[in-house]
Amino acid sequence: MAIFSVYVVNKAGGLIYQLDHYAPRADTEKTFSFPLDLVLRPHDERVVVAFGQRDGIRVGHAVLAINGAEVNGRFTADGKDVLEFLANPANYPVSIRFGRHRLSSNEKLMLASMFHSLFAIGSQLSPEVGSSGIEMLETDTFKLHCFQTLTGIKFMVLADPRQTGIDALLRKIYEIYSDFALKNPFYSLEMPIRCELFDQNLKLALEVAEKAGPFGPGS
Amino acid sequence: MSRSPGRKQENHKISRELFVLTYGALVAQLCKDYEKDEDVNACLDRMGHSIGIRLIDDFLARSAVRKCRSYSETADVIAQVAFKMYLGVTPSVSCSSATGNEFSLILDKNPLVDFVEELPAERASLCYCNLLCGVIRGALEMVHLAAEVSFLQDRLKGDAVTEIGITFLRKPEDRKNRK
Repeated sequence: MAIFSVYVVNKAGGLIYQLDHYAPRADTEKTFSFPLDLVLRPHDERVVVAFGQRDGIRVGHAVLAINGAEVNGRFTADGKDVLEFLANPANYPVSIRFGRHRLSSNEKLMLASMFHSLFAIGSQLSPEVGSSGIEMLETDTFKLHCFQTLTGIKFMVLADPRQTGIDALLRKIYEIYSDFALKNPFYSLEMPIRCELFDQNLKLALEVAEKAGPFGPGS
Repeated sequence: MSRSPGRKQENHKISRELFVLTYGALVAQLCKDYEKDEDVNACLDRMGHSIGIRLIDDFLARSAVRKCRSYSETADVIAQVAFKMYLGVTPSVSCSSATGNEFSLILDKNPLVDFVEELPAERASLCYCNLLCGVIRGALEMVHLAAEVSFLQDRLKGDAVTEIGITFLRKPEDRKNRK
């Protein structure tokens, strides 16, 4: 999918809406015999592949499940440490599922607040008076576009670097927000958006924007 | 149901009479609920305020106005763009103070009072359209402009024109968290 996610941040920097629009990446499950030819290491609360990329298992993928049972961070379902478990030849052959770890909602909240602060720093660093904040953040795999309204709400869209028309999409998302979130009398301002109509219309707008882009959906 | 920036009004025509009648019914009910005119006025202002804080984003999303750089620009935008968009009338703007933070919007046509001749005797100090004051105040508050908005003259009370006064309260100094 060319548009990956949408984030809406309120005036105080809190994330009030988040949508992931990309197709879930395929997880890879394989059976291994001792010794394991992948190099694994702990990273934050997960066990990730450090080296030995092959067959769809890439560096950075996390261990998601062992023998069908989902791991709990660095521990297996029955409480054993994953790295110790895999270092013991008696446990083999073992079937391990690898995949890309998706951000948890707490992580997303934290990252959104951090971006809110960076946005403010961006406008202060400017040599010109009255500069806007960060409007675009570019990496080799995605571009983050940010639009801040005059009322202080920020709309962020993460999209493929080649995707065009994101500015119009951001304005459209603003319209959808002002229609389906603000005009809902039961929605309180600055609170998380839980409006069905907002979801539906947002997804529709994303699809329209993707179709209008220079290429169709691809992974 | 996507709307283009130049929103086509004919898609969603609701009768103006219905709107005017609804507003009239609202004021009439408030008059029944509250004895004092000040209470009714305050209630209308509060309601207007909660409309204004939501309406502002709708206004900004559809009109795509740039950030106003001065109070007079703001007053002009309110009169020429916002009033036109929502009520279909364009009041004239005049600046009524040397300090440049007091403005008046003079309405020669006010659709809300189309069917109202004059206020009843016992409601002499009722501001019939106080909702509008609340809307403007709420909307300005959301773009970080504190203002006091009130009716300076009211045709319903016997004055020649209807005049809304907007007094901006604070000069916008260079704020850290810029828009």
